[in-house]
Amino acid sequence: MHEKILETNPTPYNRLEVDPITLDIIENALRNTREQMDATLFRTAMSPGIREQGDAFPMIANVDGKMVVGQFGSFIHGFMEAFEGTIEEGDMIFTNDPYSCGGAVSHLNDYLVIKPVYKDGRHLCWAAHFGHMTDIGGRAPGSLPNEAREIFEEGVAVPPVKVFRKGELQDDIIKIVLRNSRMPHWNEGDFKGVIAACNIAERRCIEMAERFGDDVFYSALDELLERNCRAMQKLILETVPEEVQTFEDYICDDALGSGPYKIKCSMWREGEKVIFDFDGTDPQSPGSINFLLNEEMFKMFCGTFMISAFDPQILFNDGFYDYMDVRIPEGSLLKPRRPAALSCRTHALGRIFDVLSGLLGQGNPDFLCGAGFSDSPHFMYSGYDKNGEWYQLYQIGFGGIPARPIGDGPDGHSLWPGFKNVPNEFLEAYFPLRIETYESITDSGGAGYHRGGNGIRMGYRFLEDGEISIHDDRWLTYPWGVNGANPGLRSTKELVRATGETEMLPSKCDRFEVKSGDILYFNTWGGGGVGDPLTREAERVLQDVHSGLVSPEAAHDIYGVVIADGAVDEAATEALRAEKAADKSEAKLFNFGDELEELRANCLAETGLEPPAAPDFSKSRLAAE
Amino acid sequence: MFKVGVDVGGTFTDVLLVDTKSSSFFTSKVPSTPEDSSQGVLNGIKKACELANVDMADIEVITHGTTVATNAILTGKGAKVGLVTTKGYGQVLQIARSYVPGGLGGWLYYQKTPPLAPLEFTIEADERMGADGEVVRGLDEAALRTSLEGLKNKNIEALTICLINSFSNDAHEKRIREIASEVMPDIPASISSEVIPELQEYERTVTTVANSYVRPEVEKYISNLEAEFSEKMNGASLSILRSDGGLATAPSAANFPVNLLMSGPAGGVSGAIWVGEQAGINNVITFDMGGTSTDVALIENGQALVRRETTVGDVTVRASALDVRSIGAGGGSIAHVPELTKALRVGPESAGAVPGPAAYDKGGENPTVTDANVVLGYLPENQKLGGDMNIRKDLAEKAVQKVADALGLTVNEAAEGIVKIVNERMFGAVRLVSIEKGYDPRDFSLMAFGGAGPLHANALGELTQSWPVIVPPGPGILCAYGDATTRLRNEASKTIIVNMKNADGSKLSEDLGELAKSAGDGLTMSGSNDAVNLDTKTLEYRYEIDIRYSGQGLVLTVPVSLDDIKAGKFDTVAQDFDEMHEQLFTFRLDAEKEFVNLRAIVLGPPSDVELSDSGEASSGTVEDAAIMDHEIFHNGELHKAKVYDRAKLDPGHIVNGPAVITEMDSTTVVFPGHEAKVDSRRNLLLSPKS
Repeated sequence: MHEKILETNPTPYNRLEVDPITLDIIENALRNTREQMDATLFRTAMSPGIREQGDAFPMIANVDGKMVVGQFGSFIHGFMEAFEGTIEEGDMIFTNDPYSCGGAVSHLNDYLVIKPVYKDGRHLCWAAHFGHMTDIGGRAPGSLPNEAREIFEEGVAVPPVKVFRKGELQDDIIKIVLRNSRMPHWNEGDFKGVIAACNIAERRCIEMAERFGDDVFYSALDELLERNCRAMQKLILETVPEEVQTFEDYICDDALGSGPYKIKCSMWREGEKVIFDFDGTDPQSPGSINFLLNEEMFKMFCGTFMISAFDPQILFNDGFYDYMDVRIPEGSLLKPRRPAALSCRTHALGRIFDVLSGLLGQGNPDFLCGAGFSDSPHFMYSGYDKNGEWYQLYQIGFGGIPARPIGDGPDGHSLWPGFKNVPNEFLEAYFPLRIETYESITDSGGAGYHRGGNGIRMGYRFLEDGEISIHDDRWLTYPWGVNGANPGLRSTKELVRATGETEMLPSKCDRFEVKSGDILYFNTWGGGGVGDPLTREAERVLQDVHSGLVSPEAAHDIYGVVIADGAVDEAATEALRAEKAADKSEAKLFNFGDELEELRANCLAETGLEPPAAPDFSKSRLAAE
Repeated sequence: MFKVGVDVGGTFTDVLLVDTKSSSFFTSKVPSTPEDSSQGVLNGIKKACELANVDMADIEVITHGTTVATNAILTGKGAKVGLVTTKGYGQVLQIARSYVPGGLGGWLYYQKTPPLAPLEFTIEADERMGADGEVVRGLDEAALRTSLEGLKNKNIEALTICLINSFSNDAHEKRIREIASEVMPDIPASISSEVIPELQEYERTVTTVANSYVRPEVEKYISNLEAEFSEKMNGASLSILRSDGGLATAPSAANFPVNLLMSGPAGGVSGAIWVGEQAGINNVITFDMGGTSTDVALIENGQALVRRETTVGDVTVRASALDVRSIGAGGGSIAHVPELTKALRVGPESAGAVPGPAAYDKGGENPTVTDANVVLGYLPENQKLGGDMNIRKDLAEKAVQKVADALGLTVNEAAEGIVKIVNERMFGAVRLVSIEKGYDPRDFSLMAFGGAGPLHANALGELTQSWPVIVPPGPGILCAYGDATTRLRNEASKTIIVNMKNADGSKLSEDLGELAKSAGDGLTMSGSNDAVNLDTKTLEYRYEIDIRYSGQGLVLTVPVSLDDIKAGKFDTVAQDFDEMHEQLFTFRLDAEKEFVNLRAIVLGPPSDVELSDSGEASSGTVEDAAIMDHEIFHNGELHKAKVYDRAKLDPGHIVNGPAVITEMDSTTVVFPGHEAKVDSRRNLLLSPKS
């Protein structure tokens, strides 16, 4: 990639020994810089998606494109491989096309900006940032059409282009993308925020190089990568067994009537190296649930998971990548071929974390968490109000954090870093709706020694006729529990018409018409539990009952706790628990609820929705060969 | 007139007694009495009076910074608060903003603290207001009464009422308070539309609940103090320092204690503003380093920036506070080297007051920042901390040796590493308030205070280039100076949300006028039994509007003139906003703007306390102040240094580095190549040697 980067100053950097103190200082300074990138964007962004929900991710990488600070790992190497042409000082590259950057961004809504940072004519490092734009055109408001069958239906794709050329803004590009958006002023504000954040990172990195010297800064980035690598090497040796572990989970359906889709991953260690192999994952879908998973990004997910438990102060970076090998079959759900639709990849992106958790946890049951709130449910509502003005809401929902070995999962919280809910009063002030219910769903968190967090029930009362789109999952398969715990409740979407009629809506649908006065109950799922619910301290169960988080019935039937006059009846509880324990079969490591066949058979009765048909891969199998 | 400023810290209570006529100052430092802080306060005042030979009964004004409210939250020892929400919103505090701190995977180790009003004490009212203030559904009073009866049986100690959209119509909240006063007449009830009538249901709820939560503790404390004062001092007037650096009259503080959560740190900033004013330096970055945390703030033209939120532990409330950034690192922060990464980490664990740093010889064995300072010679062994604590270098060395061994360094190198790492974190905090807000720290002077600030002052100066670095007289008790020298303040605000182009100037100015009246009433508590007698002609009013580009979430606060607003002259306001946006975020937008919140601020008369200008040349020389020869380790080398007694340094003296300057409660280090000059107000001004 270096030959594509033009420098007026060809002096090579000198790799120096950096003393550990200076290294730690630079690490701190980089951490501050990343926080400042975030702060800049969140405070200036226009769309609630970025500014309240934080759907944006900054990164700083060394000259080789390896991420030194950031969230989702580096994509620069893959990006530069695909990039045609050369890069100069003052350039800033912009793209939103997953197929042009090896999955660096995974759907068109994510606008990615990459800036090569130069100092004295030499390439010093990279700054990059991407943020989710509310609307970039395409067939559905919000540009995340569930029912798209090609990426062409999902909005305007921009291959890597220079939005700044030698410091000059290329306004034409911005004009084109804004012209194609239903929410151009939001996009403009958000886009400028992303650019500003990259410029701030550039300034900080140059300052650091000035302060410590270019060679020291250059060497420190390398050394930080190596330090991280040494730590990860140890973790890999300690936590990953040599024998093959396998885990499977599902995306419930593809919005086109087929499902579930299997994601399968096997993991084993060969010497110092860990291998993740997605062989056995279903082929790509004709719909838009495909997830173009960047291998490097997946390594980051794993590293994050493993490191969070040990030295959370450590700065995640790309240093350990050589010790991970990720194999994803071409033409699969996780490596679809262009022009497969990608917009609704969030389900698979989220589910990857459950798969990881299950995979890594098998060998270390003490560290095992319940199935996560492993998705990012979206809700969209749009139309013209009584004054003829266009309104368009895009909102991210939250649910139950899974139970963890350290305790209960919080109720109605976010698994995604930095995300916050949008205040309901803000929604009511700016959109024609009222939020009539905003509470966690009693008993929805999986019962266990540690309880999974409850999902959220959000009741949207619409005050204008309009259209809604829904993006959710886990309506058919359960968020599993572990080590003897129960799974959490599944998600549901219930529409109560102003006329009083009720209907269950599918968890994925586009442009569904609603009338003024209708209420949609958008119910997310609960987190899976950890450990046997019969062993949970009765006082904690009582507390949950008093708080309305667990029902008295569940306390009795599932936790085996007898409550009388607002207090625990110790003796009756002991007896009931002994009785229930005797009836219980051997606790399984994972409790997935029912088998797939049963889920299908009971689907209509339990969910009010027809079961999806088994996906027909005859065509995609051909494509994959 | 005699005035007293009192600052109660975790370990010590500091008292400053001022004779405003002669500008003479007397200070005392006594142990804090956590079980009942008012005892320590009285002990301190008594001691200062003895020093000054003043009769306690002659004290007229007492101003006081307190952490009573903060501690009630941090220790979870607040009131049992009941909460009434709109139907469907009972879990508003449980769900909060759904935010999980930490990065990807942060949820794996996040431990959420329980809400200040537990779910079991929360009831829902069947009612609904629209966002525009229209009644969507009337209040079901019968059902509410039943729920309130149930709550009453749970023995709550305070009630908070926070309904959806009450910022636009408070009728239901007020009605519920009436009903509550019938059902449980002895339980104090507060409503969110009075405490903070602003949009955002979670923030409004948590703020109102936090107010109720800390109120009994604060009320009790203030009434204890007042009782003591009226007995021993003929009822000297008492004011409490607010988080925003202004003073609240005692009854106002007792009613709205949520405004006091940052009272402690605000004292230091207020003190710094005053010292800066006296020294003719109006642009200051404060650096207040204590045992467990460090506070940093930026003062521009003699005013500190105010932020619209206050954070204590896990709780963030909507109450104005000086924009003080705290980091959990101080003299007591413990250094360690994790096995996995072999990186040198400092904090977040702290040795606290007990066992404290190893050098204090109270059983601490972990290496702390203080120990590193001792090893390096910055904190000499003969220094007495707070007058009665000995320092043992051998114990400090033993502790720091652990880090040295883990990293393969000498004990001096390890100690310097620890200090450098912690300095870098402090520098990060300074950046937050300066560079990241578009300010260049080189345009400011750093003012170092707190027990440990002067130790790190020179190093921070090198990092920030904020010369001269000021070490004020009595750096350990600057908060008490702040308490004694700031002015009364109150504010009132409300949410309006109106596009700037459609805004009606005369309506806005009317609203601002009402807010000004309500802020003034809140200050004097007029109309209540506790009304304070204050000449309203001495009050000064200021006005602000929170503005954003239509669609943005966060707002910028723009000071406005009432006349401009009344005349509908929004151009200057718009221009100010654009400039602020550009300064903060590097760009402006060609987008519509909207007014979000209106705010009026009322201020009492400014302080009349002055630092005396002892400008006359001193008869002694610098060398008369030298105590002993010494050695310090700096930049990898040992340097011969001298230790000076600050009490013997006079205006005009210049101490050349390397040197260590000691005083009762603090120590200033001067590095090689630097000098410390004593100015006419007896500040030490550190800068590189010219």
